[in-house]
Amino acid sequence: MKKKAIINARIIDPSQNMDEIGGVIIDSKGKIEEIGKKINKNEISSSYEVIDAKKNILIPGIVDMKVFVGEPGYEYKENFRTLSQAALAGGVTSVVSMPNTKPVIDNVSMVDFIIRRGRDKAKINIYPCASLTREMKGEMMTEFGLLTAKGIVAFSDVKRTIQNTEIMTRIMNYASDLGVLIMQHAEDYELSKNGNINDGEIATRLGLEGISDVAEKIIVERDLTLLEKYPCRYHINQISSSKSLEVVKKNKGNGKSFSVGVSINNISLNENDIGEFKTFLKLSPPLRSEHDRVSLINGIKENLIDVIVSDHVPEDEESKRLPFAQAAQGAIGVETLLPLSLELYHNKSLPLNKIIEVLTINPAKILKIDKGSLKKGLSADICIFDLEKPWVVKADKLKSKSKNTAIENRKLQGKILMTFLNGELLYSQS
Amino acid sequence: MAVPKKNVAIKNEINHLLGIQNLSILEAKEILNQAKKFITLNRSSSKKIDILRGKTQINLFFEPSTRTQSSFDLAGKRLGADVMSINVGNSALKKGETLIDTAMTLNAMHPDIIVIRHQDSGAPNLLSQKVNCAVINAGDGRREHPTQALLDALTIINRKGKIEGLKIAICGDILHSRVARSNIYLMNMLGAEVNVIAPKTLMPENIEKLGVKSFTDMKKGLDTCDIVMMLRIQNERMHGSFLPSKREYYEYFGLTTEKLKYASKDALIMHPGPMNRGVEIDTRLADDINVSLVKEQVELGVAVRMACLKIYCKK
Repeated sequence: MKKKAIINARIIDPSQNMDEIGGVIIDSKGKIEEIGKKINKNEISSSYEVIDAKKNILIPGIVDMKVFVGEPGYEYKENFRTLSQAALAGGVTSVVSMPNTKPVIDNVSMVDFIIRRGRDKAKINIYPCASLTREMKGEMMTEFGLLTAKGIVAFSDVKRTIQNTEIMTRIMNYASDLGVLIMQHAEDYELSKNGNINDGEIATRLGLEGISDVAEKIIVERDLTLLEKYPCRYHINQISSSKSLEVVKKNKGNGKSFSVGVSINNISLNENDIGEFKTFLKLSPPLRSEHDRVSLINGIKENLIDVIVSDHVPEDEESKRLPFAQAAQGAIGVETLLPLSLELYHNKSLPLNKIIEVLTINPAKILKIDKGSLKKGLSADICIFDLEKPWVVKADKLKSKSKNTAIENRKLQGKILMTFLNGELLYSQS
Repeated sequence: MAVPKKNVAIKNEINHLLGIQNLSILEAKEILNQAKKFITLNRSSSKKIDILRGKTQINLFFEPSTRTQSSFDLAGKRLGADVMSINVGNSALKKGETLIDTAMTLNAMHPDIIVIRHQDSGAPNLLSQKVNCAVINAGDGRREHPTQALLDALTIINRKGKIEGLKIAICGDILHSRVARSNIYLMNMLGAEVNVIAPKTLMPENIEKLGVKSFTDMKKGLDTCDIVMMLRIQNERMHGSFLPSKREYYEYFGLTTEKLKYASKDALIMHPGPMNRGVEIDTRLADDINVSLVKEQVELGVAVRMACLKIYCKK
């Protein structure tokens, strides 16, 4: 590969506190050779392929910690190829793939399969997550050691929660010794049973059964209590309410070490957006009140929430065009993750640096992977975007195989121009 | 030069009756006024007219119902429509067909109006997006039952002359009740004050935001009320899941002659049926023609449904 020089970019890399106009030199192996303001047009040898970023913003490729791929078993919803296209168009270069496939990724041979498929078909970095328990039944833990040796970066039952406290205790205890990452979905089933949306006025008006924020808080509290005794690498996939955030605040204040994620949906939308039964906004955890939404954004500001995820859940039309109670949960989001996050910059909710931090270096640190940073020697996974460019989300223009976006027709500002993986330009806005 | 009109089919905006929430006060009053005229017709010896002759009405019932379904059935027939009733027990929906596919199938038969009852809140809204005839909601999940509220309103007007300024108590399982929700919206709209009375476990979150006062005490909730609407309470909710027992519920929330004294002197009782005698209401009280409007509700139900069919049926 020819050496590349990207020049004239505003580089924002929170991993090295960098926000400056400059350039990046990518060596012939696709690694970062040099980066920063010292790189300008005059210093570049003519043998380099030069890319002028035209003052647009250059960041490390985004790391999305919660993405459902669809392979195996749900190829009709998404596959590695379509996911890669969507991700690259969104500046996302690394994803953690969820194990709630058919069959579930809960054993070594499934991991082999997923890694092979990912390598052959995906155009982005796939970091597979295995289930915490066999078949995600919440009963017997999976082989944390063997699976990690095969390349698993985290363990999660995705949309399912370990309800049994004794089993959760053993999982955390065992995991604390191996140093594996446990990612919990926080939901008490007895409290959320039959629930569809946030418990409150909207649920009462629509006549839908509600999911109380207590259902989430109670699991967060339980797990953080257990964490005191069994200090493992613990991550809460997504929190959705200010009540859970209070618990997080109290525990982080006490010096406990754990991490917390939030879905872009929960900080960009609220329960009112559901209108008259828009099933594309049926999500798990559910969209909550405006107060919750604002609290979560403040949680990011105060470092209580560490990452924003897309919670990319592709669903076919048939699973969504149903009465609300029967419709599937989830929305796609990997392609709109950054542009929708930028809305929080444009409406002055979050500083730009913070947004980039929670999308790049923070998830990489939690996962302990060498991504989300443009330090010298690392792979040149890069996203270049135009911060100001306005556009309108249209489901049929999105690259995902499924079109269940929660933000159809939303006017966004900020568009991805180019995405590089290992120094190779894989997406360029035409 | 005149520009030739493009041959574009203009889809007329169809009006549906999906809930009281979507209804304007004018529309509500139009239905009630129209229904009044049908009361006389229904009491006469020749009850059939032909204003809906040639029209097709489909009753699509996903939940068992006796009075609502027969009421709609009769209403359509008295107006001269061809009425077809589909009960899901023996339809393709049991074989896994989705609501939308059923809608498309029925739509292909060119109905003029579809009456739907469904266990899921919002199902009539979904149906209305997929068919090009009017849809009338005959009860969806726990969301709305607009014709029940309208017939309740007509019954009250018939007896009390008006709704404005009245104080109405709705008592029982508010949480699971579409009748309660529709009545809250309609009675509020028509100028009544509404109290809801229920044990805490059967009271929905933020119910006050719908414009009511909520009570857990019959004495306070019934105070100076002109109308007492009792709701059916389902047996399966009585054995410890929502309530400790039937007798405890009856003790605190069952309507008895004594408790009725908390309400205003000439208070009247209503119940959407079917009743659980001795559970939510004292059996003699339910049959006391001086205070109970239960039979009148059923009678006027047909008139209200005739009015709805007439007004909403595709022109």
